[in-house]
Amino acid sequence: MINVSELPLWVEILVAILLLLSSLFALIGAIGLLRMKDFFQRMHPPALASTLGAWCVALASIIYFSTLKSGPVLHGWLIPILLAITVPVTTLLLARTSLFRKRMAGENVPAEVSSRRTDSGS
Amino acid sequence: MKRLFPAPWLSLALWILWLVLNLSISPGHLLLGAILGVLAPLMMAPLRPLPIRIRRPWVIIRLFFLVGRDVIVSNLLVAWGVLTCGSRPPRSRFVKIPLDLRDANGLAALSMITTVVPGTIWSELALDRSILLLHVFDLDDDAQFIEHFKQAYERPLMEIFE
Repeated sequence: MINVSELPLWVEILVAILLLLSSLFALIGAIGLLRMKDFFQRMHPPALASTLGAWCVALASIIYFSTLKSGPVLHGWLIPILLAITVPVTTLLLARTSLFRKRMAGENVPAEVSSRRTDSGS
Repeated sequence: MKRLFPAPWLSLALWILWLVLNLSISPGHLLLGAILGVLAPLMMAPLRPLPIRIRRPWVIIRLFFLVGRDVIVSNLLVAWGVLTCGSRPPRSRFVKIPLDLRDANGLAALSMITTVVPGTIWSELALDRSILLLHVFDLDDDAQFIEHFKQAYERPLMEIFE
């Protein structure tokens, strides 16, 4: 356990760079959300915040607190892992819903990929 | 054993998750984590009709690092695409990918990978699991993309789960 003011300079610089990178990716993701043209295109940029953005914050937190406590403090890694497990649920839901609605509205999206069963027995 | 631990890997993962979250290996937390590890899979067992058989751990590790690298690369590509979209609009479109992977757990892992890698969105899976509709942010060559997708992600998942 060391004092905050005794942190080595290289740790402070590294943590600052990681945090800036992370906020940069979150910002680009937000800009992309605004500038993209259609719904599906707009789904891509916010993924920057939940992947590399979250990774950089987690890495910064691990480096900072591990140095501060003079031992590995690794639970920050759980955030990217849990994000990777939960984000696909909402993304898939949004993509499926949008495809369904656009097809009902007759917009220019691909037709269903499932081939309909040809036998009329059922 | 089998009835107490329907999913031993899940039990182990939950136990470790609990200990890491609490940053403690005191007897109390060891016990609480163990209770979580035993009870949660038992309660979830009816929801998981397919048991997971994991093979080839080294393929998992290789896939893990490959996905990590691809996430970083595609993050930079999508970020660049966003910043330059005024002068060069991204060539977004849907791609139909023929799938050989049939295992439900493998497909779940594949959908996680496509979502975590920016620039690809899992849009639809055919009922017979033979075709996947994927939306890609910026696509140059369809055939090359499909080839990369099948080689990099689908093949290792087939090795792991089938």
